[in-house]
Amino acid sequence: MGIIHGEEMVLNIGPQHPSTHGVLRLKVRTDGEVVSDIYPVIGYLHRCFEKHCENVTYEQVIPYTDRCDYVASMNNNLGYAITVEELMGIEVPEKVEYIRIIMAEFNRIASHLLALGTYGLDVGAFTPFLYMFRDRERILDMFELICGARLLYNYIWVGGVSHDLPKGFVETAYGFLDYFEPQVKEYNNLLTYNKIFIERTADVGVMPPDVAISYGVTGPNLRGSGVKWDIRKDEPYSIYNKFDFEVPVGKGELGTVGDCWDRYWVRMREIEESVKILRQALKALPKGGDVHQAIPKKIRPPKGSIYKRTESPRGDLAYYITSDGTPKPYRLKMRSPAFTSISVLNEISRGWMLSDVIAILGSLDIVLGEIDR
Amino acid sequence: MTVDALYHWLNETFPFLSGNEILIVLAILIPSVALFMVIAVNALVLVYAERKVSAFMQDRVGPMGQGVGLHAGKWGLLQTVADALKLISKEDIIPRLADRKLFIMAPFVIFVGAFIAVIALPFGETIIIADMNIGIFYILAVSSFGVIGLILAGWSSNNKWSLYGGMRSAAQIISYEIPAGLSLITVIMLTETLSMQGIIQYQSGGLFSWIVFSSPFSFIAFIVYFIAAIAETNRTPFDIPEAESELVGGFHTEYSGMRWSFFFLSEYANMLVVCGVAVTGFLGGWQSPIPGYFNTAGWSIFWFISKILFLVFVMMWVRWTFPRLRVDQLMDICWKYLLPIALFNIFGVGIWTLIFG
Repeated sequence: MGIIHGEEMVLNIGPQHPSTHGVLRLKVRTDGEVVSDIYPVIGYLHRCFEKHCENVTYEQVIPYTDRCDYVASMNNNLGYAITVEELMGIEVPEKVEYIRIIMAEFNRIASHLLALGTYGLDVGAFTPFLYMFRDRERILDMFELICGARLLYNYIWVGGVSHDLPKGFVETAYGFLDYFEPQVKEYNNLLTYNKIFIERTADVGVMPPDVAISYGVTGPNLRGSGVKWDIRKDEPYSIYNKFDFEVPVGKGELGTVGDCWDRYWVRMREIEESVKILRQALKALPKGGDVHQAIPKKIRPPKGSIYKRTESPRGDLAYYITSDGTPKPYRLKMRSPAFTSISVLNEISRGWMLSDVIAILGSLDIVLGEIDR
Repeated sequence: MTVDALYHWLNETFPFLSGNEILIVLAILIPSVALFMVIAVNALVLVYAERKVSAFMQDRVGPMGQGVGLHAGKWGLLQTVADALKLISKEDIIPRLADRKLFIMAPFVIFVGAFIAVIALPFGETIIIADMNIGIFYILAVSSFGVIGLILAGWSSNNKWSLYGGMRSAAQIISYEIPAGLSLITVIMLTETLSMQGIIQYQSGGLFSWIVFSSPFSFIAFIVYFIAAIAETNRTPFDIPEAESELVGGFHTEYSGMRWSFFFLSEYANMLVVCGVAVTGFLGGWQSPIPGYFNTAGWSIFWFISKILFLVFVMMWVRWTFPRLRVDQLMDICWKYLLPIALFNIFGVGIWTLIFG
């Protein structure tokens, strides 16, 4: 490719485009079909998250965190809640910890299903997308059972959760897991090991480990490059150290380590690992206990600051909070994993074709709500 | 019922007009209108089928007529009618910087390409509009006429996405015409005729005298032709000219309303044509699979259409199962696989005919 050089032109992908996963604009310099430079323009969804947080109380920040990574709200809630808890030194009951892990892992599955489904859509496979959405729907039904919301939950609060588990939830959850586990095989048959899908994704958009690390890429994208780094394992928060699960990394099974297929495959494997965690958590879930017991009457952390990171479905999600002793945070900064993922786009998709850029962008699994905040 | 036969019939029925030019016009107009109806009904049926097939494959129910008042009939049977009404009533937008003349012309050029190909399709022993002695050659020639329309649409829209789509489709359709033509040559070698009716007459005598089963090479030729046919109709996995997730809509990005629906109409008409050629060339055309039975004129239409619908169903099946290829992989498949196989096939069929023929 690229032997014959023609006139270059600038192509605008987005902000309204079927495959930019939100309102992202890509300024792409192309020579025919071959892309020579990509400049992502972000900010179309900027809602001043951090500035807003300085003007509301600590409790009122939680709904804002929902709206950052809106496909994995539980994980955002969890990250924020444990950061404030650590700042205030709150110990939450064991039952709350278990409920949180269950919710976070269910949301991780839902988020990965969305990522994989839309990735299929990006490379032209429509049917797997609907299969995955069908199964994601059942997770959302469970969330609706718990807190009434299907997308933005505001469920995990500082010191507890908003509602106790409803009657029959554990059975519903087991029922879902029993139904869901064989589905992964179906996805693999339909999409993962499809010849055309492999042609489109293997060896495409290779992100070597050193590039990934130097750009600060985290989460499944980093693990796709073969780096074994998962905060749930390496810096355990909440009660993740109690569970037995593996951290899947890309091995370059069908191409080079760090290609689009590896990133896809890591997500697929993580779904299986999440199911493993869920089974253990549901088994060990304490029966009794009040989920509102540890919720403080007034959230007024002592002076000081804290930086705490958690593993969201997109990677290393961290909150930096500076408190001046008032009920409102003095400064709140969110480290968004999708933001670092999009920054590597230009580096790994230069020289590929236009169709590949869409495939690479999809494999990075970005959520614009989190990038723009 | 060819145009010639119709003309003679009109001459005999209306002796007072005998030899008048009006009869020539009528003899051309009547089949054209009938053909337009065939294409319109074809699109109606296939759009509905596509919706339902995709829905059942994706664990959905597709369009359903539930509720009171305006709804799409039982099982959503009127969904396509509703779609058509919507398209007719939509605003017709022509971009300010578009090349107006070409922009308006393009959908018609594409449609004409599909339309004039249908006239050579034999629906029965006598039910054919133009029984040319070079029928199959004619269809191959005019079906590439649509490419001009695609390029016109892509260029005149003054949109980079459309331009990409137009260029991609031109490259794709022209490339895939070669393996398609070469695999049809094997049919011509066996039947020793270019006439559509002649090819079908050769295959009389039931299921096992169909060309697709006559030798392993002709079976391969059928597969090659069918793959090329899917590519020629721009359907997944070869839908890169449209490539919704990359090029938004490709060459028809800027089209709306009725103009856009002409692209749609011709896409489904093209499916009819390529499947019709496949049925004629390989699956015995309007011949019944059981020799001597079900071979009246009515049955012949039934056989021809049901064979076409079967192939169309396979196309839909493929479409809703596979991802899309990249543009260079598409060319690889054509030039590195299909073309050598098709060439080898001609050789193979020749030797097979020499030994067993």
